[in-house]
Amino acid sequence: MPGTLDMLILMTLTRAPLHGYAIAQSIKRISDDVLTVEEGSLYPALQRLLLQGWVKAEWRRTDTNRRARFYTLTAAGKKRLGLEVSQFRQVVAAIGRVLEDVEEAG
Amino acid sequence: MSTVTSMLRKLALLFRRGQFGQELDEEMAFHQEQMERELREQGKTREEARYAAMRTFGNTERMRERSHDAIGFSMETVAQDVRFSLRQMKRNPGFAVTAVLVLTMGIAASTAIFGFVDAALIRPLPYAQPSQLVVLYETTTMGKRYHLSYLDYLDWKRENTVFQSIDLYTPSGFTLKTPDGLQAVTGSGVTAGFFRELGVVPAIGRDFRPVDDQASAPRTVLLSYSTWQTRYGGRKDVLGQTVVLDGNPNEIVGVLPQSFHFAPAEPAEFWTTARASDQCEKMRGCKNFFGVARLKPGVSFQAAFADIQTIAEQLAREYPDANQNRGAYMMALTEVIVGDTRPILLALLGGAALLLLIAAVNVASLLLVRSESRRREMAVRGALGASPVRLVRQFVTEGLTLVAVASVLGLAAACGVMQLPVLLIPKDMLAKMPYIEGLGLNLHIVLFVCGVFLATGAIFSLIPALRHFPGDLREALTSGGRSFAGVAWRRLGANLVVVELTVAMVLLAGAGLLGKSFYRLLHSAIGLEPDHLATLQVSAEGLAYAKDAQQIQLQREIQEKVSQMPGVQSVAFTDSLPLGDGDGAKNYWVVGRPYHGEQNEVLDRDVSYGYFSTIEAPLLRGRSFREDEDESMPLVAVINQQMAQRYFPGENPLRQQIYGQGDEKHHIEIVGVVNDIQEGQLDAAPGPAVYLPFRQHPSNGFAVVVRTRQDADAMLSLMTAAVHGIDPGLATYDPITMQQRIHDSPATYLHRSSAYLVGGFAALALMLGIIGLYGVVSYSVSQRTREIGVRMALGAERATVHRMVLREAARLTLVGLAAGIVCAIGAAALMRSLLFGVQPWDLATLAGVSAVLGSFALLASYLPARRAARVNPADALRAE
Repeated sequence: MPGTLDMLILMTLTRAPLHGYAIAQSIKRISDDVLTVEEGSLYPALQRLLLQGWVKAEWRRTDTNRRARFYTLTAAGKKRLGLEVSQFRQVVAAIGRVLEDVEEAG
Repeated sequence: MSTVTSMLRKLALLFRRGQFGQELDEEMAFHQEQMERELREQGKTREEARYAAMRTFGNTERMRERSHDAIGFSMETVAQDVRFSLRQMKRNPGFAVTAVLVLTMGIAASTAIFGFVDAALIRPLPYAQPSQLVVLYETTTMGKRYHLSYLDYLDWKRENTVFQSIDLYTPSGFTLKTPDGLQAVTGSGVTAGFFRELGVVPAIGRDFRPVDDQASAPRTVLLSYSTWQTRYGGRKDVLGQTVVLDGNPNEIVGVLPQSFHFAPAEPAEFWTTARASDQCEKMRGCKNFFGVARLKPGVSFQAAFADIQTIAEQLAREYPDANQNRGAYMMALTEVIVGDTRPILLALLGGAALLLLIAAVNVASLLLVRSESRRREMAVRGALGASPVRLVRQFVTEGLTLVAVASVLGLAAACGVMQLPVLLIPKDMLAKMPYIEGLGLNLHIVLFVCGVFLATGAIFSLIPALRHFPGDLREALTSGGRSFAGVAWRRLGANLVVVELTVAMVLLAGAGLLGKSFYRLLHSAIGLEPDHLATLQVSAEGLAYAKDAQQIQLQREIQEKVSQMPGVQSVAFTDSLPLGDGDGAKNYWVVGRPYHGEQNEVLDRDVSYGYFSTIEAPLLRGRSFREDEDESMPLVAVINQQMAQRYFPGENPLRQQIYGQGDEKHHIEIVGVVNDIQEGQLDAAPGPAVYLPFRQHPSNGFAVVVRTRQDADAMLSLMTAAVHGIDPGLATYDPITMQQRIHDSPATYLHRSSAYLVGGFAALALMLGIIGLYGVVSYSVSQRTREIGVRMALGAERATVHRMVLREAARLTLVGLAAGIVCAIGAAALMRSLLFGVQPWDLATLAGVSAVLGSFALLASYLPARRAARVNPADALRAE
């Protein structure tokens, strides 16, 4: 679904600042490998979020002492996340109702 | 989040593109590394891990592009496309230069001609509501546009019910008193309301007041803007100054605006009032004026015309002495000023549009040829992830970049070309086309170029984009593109090329014939040596020069004074310079021959002794005039060869006697025969002429002819000064060298301008025809690469392939040439009046032109033929 990736990224960043690879891994792990983030979509999405001002980026050292760009959720990003989550819930609920309806009919 | 801040962030990033790219690369590299490490931890080898990571990571290029898209402006990718197009052009300069050149020529030609059309037909005349203005004439049995008299004007003005106002103008000349003596200047007389009627307000000072043209009013004058600038240095204090015109003091009351012109009365430096005080204005039969009137609002042209016709009929009945057979005639002022040029200009504009269309189609076919070779590039770029929209946009951008470059160059070239008429057209003719002055870059022309840019740009972008619509990328990769569209295009192209070559042939032949005519004209025998000859006309008015002796004395003084000037070889006089209008004929008869009322018109010239030697006209028999040959001596004449042949065939003309019409008592003895001197225009047939000694036939107006050792140009102002040194009251005019006189003469102008114009179009047509041929042959070769490969694989020799391609080109060329020659002879016959000393079927010209066209065509087809012969069969077949 369009916009879902943005929401997932913002969600993973609520706990701690992460770099791109960690964001992808985190989404994959939490969703029990159901959701995989394509690298080809991840970075353009991150640039979009940066531009909107929903995340901040800074270069830091990792545990292994490698330089990496860490993304942090901003206040505006938190607000945005709230909005997206509530919208997403509405959509999911709606789809659920449609599915139930179809199953009952079937 | 507001779009404004997002925009600002984008802007900030715009200046850190390099850093952005680096950071993105580093980030992605880190990502890949992490992936690799994890894979290795799962037990893969280093090598395996790396490839797996790369595979998972995917197309980094596309990712980078999309990240760029996210932060970039859409304009920025356009800039990228433009940069790419420019790189493409650089890599393939031959194509780029050809395409830009062809387009530039097409755009320059059409823009320049549009400039004229704009100046003459579109830009409004510099008057208030010019469509209401009409010019009034009287008709006579000889024609429609003749003068009316002042008294007719008063009646028309009183009786009509259709005009807001009627005024008069009469083009005339004045003598102007200057510190250096009298000078002949141009001017016009107008009634006091003339400028108010046109809606023209002086730039400085005031207009004529309604009473200014009354007999008792003090004389006033308005200056043209250029006169104010050149004669008075643009100073404001000219107002109130006095100028003496024709001996009458006139007060300068104003200066006309720079934009003002009134072609029917131009050239005019001084505008004075036409006043009722002069003799002519009191006689109905003295027709000296043209009328200009403004229609009342709501009155139609026809109604007004009918009204003044009725008035004119009444006047004809009332005053049969003066007005019998005279009616009224009326034309719109716009029609009077630009009427003659409209069909010529529109024809030229049509021609230029056709040229531009051909140029556009040619370049489009070149683009197609090139896009054939880029078929794979497109497919590869598509496979690597370039989006279809982006690929189409790339084509569009390439087309537009080409047209943009060509438009700018074309506009610049057009501005240059538009300066040409000012240089090519003699001043007198230019004065009748005042709208050409100030021809140059303006908003209309820029808009026109923008329009051309959009139209051509559309053609260019669409053709290759449609051809390569990347929706069926795979098809493009697999098929050889032998589509119906390709074949249709080839056929259309081939027909078009034949037409182009035909047109080129016609224009080339025309240009060749006109060029040859022009050459013949300039090298025609004029019977004199024009180099280092300076001429000046002198007019001695007034009582001091009324008697013959005074006129002879004046000439003697001028001769003495000018002879002493440095560098002067000899000085002579004539009443009428050679290469003039060829007018001034009189009937002469031979004494002792029976007269049967036949007309024997011969040119009659009064020249000083030393005239023939000064202009270096060779004397064939007898002698020239002697210095002391005046009234006291027997009358003598020198005749030209034409006259000797016509009047005295097989006889010795010397010592024969002739007499002029109305002068039967005075017999003139022929003392010499001079080689024919061209008295008329360069292209006129030589006629018989009689030269008489000035001192036996003096007059108060003559031309001074000076042969110098130095630059004749430098002599002109010195001669004027010398004449005024003798008497500042002498009027001098037309200081000009003989070479300039030849250059400026109407015949030279006519032949030169037609040769240049047709030559210019011919060069363009040749260029376009050849490039069209190249495009069509190349396209056909690129389409047939596979066929050629198969032929070669089956054993065809390279030479055979070469011949095959050349044969196709030769067929097109020959058809074009043949059609061209037929049409060229027909066209040349139509423009026979422009040819001089050349026949329309001049073999040398036709052969030469065919050779030029043929060899260019050969060159144009040789290149693609060579490319075809170099096709490697294996490559050609694999390319599919």
